[in-house]
Amino acid sequence: MNGDVPAGAALLEVKGLTKHFWLHADIFSRLAGEKVQVLKAVDGIDFHIRKGETLGLVGESGCGKSTTARLVTRLIEPTSGEVRLKGEDLLSFSAARLKETRKQVQIVFQDPYSSLNPRKTIMHILGRPMEIHGLAASWMERREKVLDLLQRVGLGVEHIDRYPHEFSGGQRQRIAIARALSVSPELVIGDEPVSALDVSIQAQILNLFRDLQEEFGLTYLFIAHDLSVVRHISDRVAVMYVGKIVETGPAAALFADPLHPYTKALLAAVPEADPEKPPPKLTLKGEVSTPIDPPPGCRLCGRCPLETRICAEQSPPLVDVGAGRQVACHNI
Amino acid sequence: MAERVLELDDLTVRFRLKRGELTAVDGVSFAVERGQTFGLVGESGSGKSVTARAIMRLVPTPPGQIPRGTIRFEGRDVLALSDAEMRALRGRRIAMVFQEPMSALNPVFTVCDQISDALRTNLGLSKRDARERVVELLSLVGIPSPRRRLDSYVHEFSGGMRQRVMLAMALSCNPVFLIADEPTTALDVTIQATILELITGMIERLGMSLIFITHNLGVVAHACDVIGVMYASHLVELGDKREIFRNPQHPYTVGLLNSIPRLDTQAKYLTPIRGSVCNMMAPPAGCKFHPRCEHAMDVCRQEVPKLREVASGHFAACHLHDRGGSP
Repeated sequence: MNGDVPAGAALLEVKGLTKHFWLHADIFSRLAGEKVQVLKAVDGIDFHIRKGETLGLVGESGCGKSTTARLVTRLIEPTSGEVRLKGEDLLSFSAARLKETRKQVQIVFQDPYSSLNPRKTIMHILGRPMEIHGLAASWMERREKVLDLLQRVGLGVEHIDRYPHEFSGGQRQRIAIARALSVSPELVIGDEPVSALDVSIQAQILNLFRDLQEEFGLTYLFIAHDLSVVRHISDRVAVMYVGKIVETGPAAALFADPLHPYTKALLAAVPEADPEKPPPKLTLKGEVSTPIDPPPGCRLCGRCPLETRICAEQSPPLVDVGAGRQVACHNI
Repeated sequence: MAERVLELDDLTVRFRLKRGELTAVDGVSFAVERGQTFGLVGESGSGKSVTARAIMRLVPTPPGQIPRGTIRFEGRDVLALSDAEMRALRGRRIAMVFQEPMSALNPVFTVCDQISDALRTNLGLSKRDARERVVELLSLVGIPSPRRRLDSYVHEFSGGMRQRVMLAMALSCNPVFLIADEPTTALDVTIQATILELITGMIERLGMSLIFITHNLGVVAHACDVIGVMYASHLVELGDKREIFRNPQHPYTVGLLNSIPRLDTQAKYLTPIRGSVCNMMAPPAGCKFHPRCEHAMDVCRQEVPKLREVASGHFAACHLHDRGGSP
């Protein structure tokens, strides 16, 4: 791997990233000549993350957020597009090279109950990645490092020989975070890492993410459906709708003055924990569009208050609108 | 004062499990007035859902038991009713909507079959009349072209539409009281907004009372009139919505409100509640919140605080108030 990326330069660059799933109709309908449907989970998205920053990726279920996380880590193979880590195309890497890269990109999953092996102790769960990547040769050395990791994520050292079932949800998520940190990554992807937690615990884990970022200079891709969580943790935000990024920009500006009709609708629908604030309402018509064989135009067609004729014909590109913001809408 | 439709007094629900005894609801008392929306908030395991199930007499016994307390619904002692009397109450006077519509609805019956089942049993409608009533109900809950969806199965509906079907079923026999247990938790925020609007609008139009159970403080802030906050089987605070949000009087409520990230401001760090919820199989003595409370005093470790009125219509169970302090 080549040298360090200076702070502020892009650590991860994604261009035209696409993942299509072919839904195989059963043999009878295929013999009858029925067309195979295509589910466009992620459909040509571009974004970048600068070293040391947090990009929040937000959207509703089925919009392609988690698929994006899996593509960026090459846990699944994209249909097309580029994923550049420190300028190098991750998709061209050999298996050996990819394994080497895994050290730099780690992921924390949503459900800490299914992401930790119930039969292994915390020592094993946290020590094994170091062993695989040759980061600590001896068992003693690994144990030292695991003890250190436990303290850094706010768990007592006495937990080292326990099993995952002995921990609460919040503590398990701390273990999952420690596991991600065990190989000293540069980029940590959080795929809904706080969604399964109660509010009081969620706040603890969000603070932990912040602390660790300061301490280790980490870069985050933080995926969530909760807008206030994304607003809190992110420097920049990208909003996804049915496989496309519809708006990106600095968190403060995007939330204060959303430009895309979908971002506006999403914000208006959030019930804020303050009875004096306006009640949540839906400003879009109908239901979320399907990613299966979507029509050629904008994905928000049929729901959007700004819709004009061009919207049904052409998919709007993500264009710069100044102040580091980009919007994909024909009518802005 | 308006008529109290539902009154809970010292309700206690216990489960005898192999590993020991678990008190899921401990001495909970509150009342819901006619036309009122009561929000029951708390984190997972706090006893919100068990409270709701106890009201519906849906707590399985054994392992569950209700050693103390009364539930009065329209003046009748719910816990003393026979099974037949209870069946007559459920659906017709008091109905419930669950969180997971996919597991609460039957996948092998059509929507019309499921809803008309209740109509035919409870109201004795003919098959044809029941079908007409289902069409009415589906359009009432905002399902487009209801006549065409009658013979659809649940899996053919989206999450939001399934929740509408659940609501239609709950409303089918014109109940006066609805219990909604996390009805929007499994839904996306835009769908949640429409379902919330639907439920609150419906309650108001039909003059019903509602218990809305949720862990989402944003939802109660907009959907409810009165809020009860539960922590580890106890009701720790009770009062008018605005009072609770503006002037919370229990350290747990204060902590909960401080833990939420806000949309309009960005603080670098949040202020979480320290520690985690106690083990309900071996809860601490005294106030269950004391190990996490920054105001904990000696008395908190020994005595369970009682719910007492701290301002007009505003109750909190905290020893701080016995000494004239506040969190």
